Amino acid sequence: MAKRIEVSDLNIYYGNFLAVEGVNVAIEPRSITALIGPSGCGKSTFLRSLNRMHEVLPGARVEGKVVMDGQDLYAADTDPVDVRRSIGMVFQRPNPFPTMSIYDNVIAGNRLNSKRMKKAEADEVVEKSLRGANLWAEVKDRLDRPGSGLSGGQQQRLCIARAIAVEPDVLLMDEPCSALDPISTLAIEDLMAELKERFTIVIVTHNMQQAARVSEQTGFFNLNGVGQPGRLIEFNPTEKIFSNPDEKATEDYISGRFG
Amino acid sequence: MSLETQSPVRAAEEPSGPIRHRRKLPRLAPLALYAAGVAVGALLSALTGFSLALTVFYGAVLGTLAVYAGSRAVEGRRKATDRLVTALVTTAFAVAMVPLVSLVYTVLDKGLARFDGQFFTNSMFRVVGEGGGAYHAILGTLIITALAAAISVPIGLLTSIYLVEYGSGRLKKSITFFVDVMTGIPSIVAGLFAFALFTLIFGNGIRLGVMGAVALSVLMIPVVVRSCEEVLKLVPNELREASYALGVPKWRTVVKVVLPTAIAGLGTGVTLAVARVVGETAPLLVTVGLITGTNLNPFDGRMATLPVFAYYQLTQPGVDAQAFLDRAWTAALLLIIIVMALNIVARLISRFFAPKTGH
Repeated sequence: MAKRIEVSDLNIYYGNFLAVEGVNVAIEPRSITALIGPSGCGKSTFLRSLNRMHEVLPGARVEGKVVMDGQDLYAADTDPVDVRRSIGMVFQRPNPFPTMSIYDNVIAGNRLNSKRMKKAEADEVVEKSLRGANLWAEVKDRLDRPGSGLSGGQQQRLCIARAIAVEPDVLLMDEPCSALDPISTLAIEDLMAELKERFTIVIVTHNMQQAARVSEQTGFFNLNGVGQPGRLIEFNPTEKIFSNPDEKATEDYISGRFG
Repeated sequence: MSLETQSPVRAAEEPSGPIRHRRKLPRLAPLALYAAGVAVGALLSALTGFSLALTVFYGAVLGTLAVYAGSRAVEGRRKATDRLVTALVTTAFAVAMVPLVSLVYTVLDKGLARFDGQFFTNSMFRVVGEGGGAYHAILGTLIITALAAAISVPIGLLTSIYLVEYGSGRLKKSITFFVDVMTGIPSIVAGLFAFALFTLIFGNGIRLGVMGAVALSVLMIPVVVRSCEEVLKLVPNELREASYALGVPKWRTVVKVVLPTAIAGLGTGVTLAVARVVGETAPLLVTVGLITGTNLNPFDGRMATLPVFAYYQLTQPGVDAQAFLDRAWTAALLLIIIVMALNIVARLISRFFAPKTGH
């Protein structure tokens, strides 16, 4: 069940420091939205604010509105835990739980929320999620082995399986391929193309070719200087961004004339 | 070591490039110089009446000087400094080992005399001379230490969870500060605290096993807090974030992700904290006292414990003083064995409970 996210006038703070300023954007369901931009421009911060992971850090806060299918995620009576249940996240570095087996890692989202599940039901979720993450064939004979024994690319796909096992509406990916080799990256990009049939996907990436390959929409973040807040400079269909961007800064960045 | 291997083709005679050839002392030369140093040292100490300690001391100093001088002449300054510092570090290590080895040797030597079955099965009830044992004291120590752990571990663990996962600002800082202060409390003060506390509640002359457990837990809690805090800090933040991102509430994240990940370190920390207090004497002396018979109820009257048992055997021997001394040494030996066993247990815990990597 993919959902649409609308962000209006979002300001994101770390303590008193304004990290991202005035973001207005609509993220379409069943598509991949890529966020690109130089380091420190706030794209990861913005991504983390979409499922309220931003406020996990001490002093971090947000002003403005993030609305998912009519529901304000930052309303006073919205429970951040519920938000995170419907908006999953995959991190830059693969982070499977080291104490758990592959099987337990996949089912962790359900188990940790102590959702009662029959064994057969759990088996089904694990197989479906691992198949969804293109990992089933590689691990089906060693589901009881620790997840940390897999290769980096497999671990990242395990984390994706873990994220989709709780059936979120939206999947956020924070540079999911930056720690992986090209073959694993390709596996994950193929996977994203499949997943966008079911989920809304937002991906932060430093790799512009990757953004061009996988996404329908692309947002370019930039900042004027150190200590200045990051802004969303341009948000357009990916084809337009990479062929005929509206803004000069975007063109400079993607053509490598920048930084 | 040898720079020759890095420049095998360069001619040996006239080093001119940036990679120079260096002459080296023959491999056995330092050893020979030290042997010579010890020989001269023996002669020197013989001047003032021969003594082994003095011989070793002179030998170490003279040998080190000789090696330094020789190395400086042959190998140059950098190598000579290297050898000098190596000698200093090794000496420091040897000096640190002297008391340890000496202590273990003495306790083994004197303690093994009574390290027999009777020591583990008999109490001191109606024993005034030979025989008798520390059965009552062994069980007393185990009971009181277990009770102290039962009090300290929940408090200490929960405090450390608060400090790492929840605490912020002034409260966290002041807790950390006071825990540090508590770490430095003299053990007798902890004993007097428990003594005063129970005297206020139950009146004068009260002696209970549980008083000792309270006193020990005052000493143990800060150790548990600090070691658990350090271990919990080591749990990567990424795991917490992974759990939050799955929509897991914070308390569940702590219970089901953070604690299982840290379980090995937590077990090790708790075990070492137990080892830290198991040999405490002063607080038990004032709170638990000593009896000669077996009392296994920590809520009813005096109990015997190994450290206090050893203390009284030593300070108040009966008619057959040697028997009492032997028992004191054996109790000391047993305490060392218990502490060593706890340390081994701690190592085993950290080995077996550590997260598996799957290889």
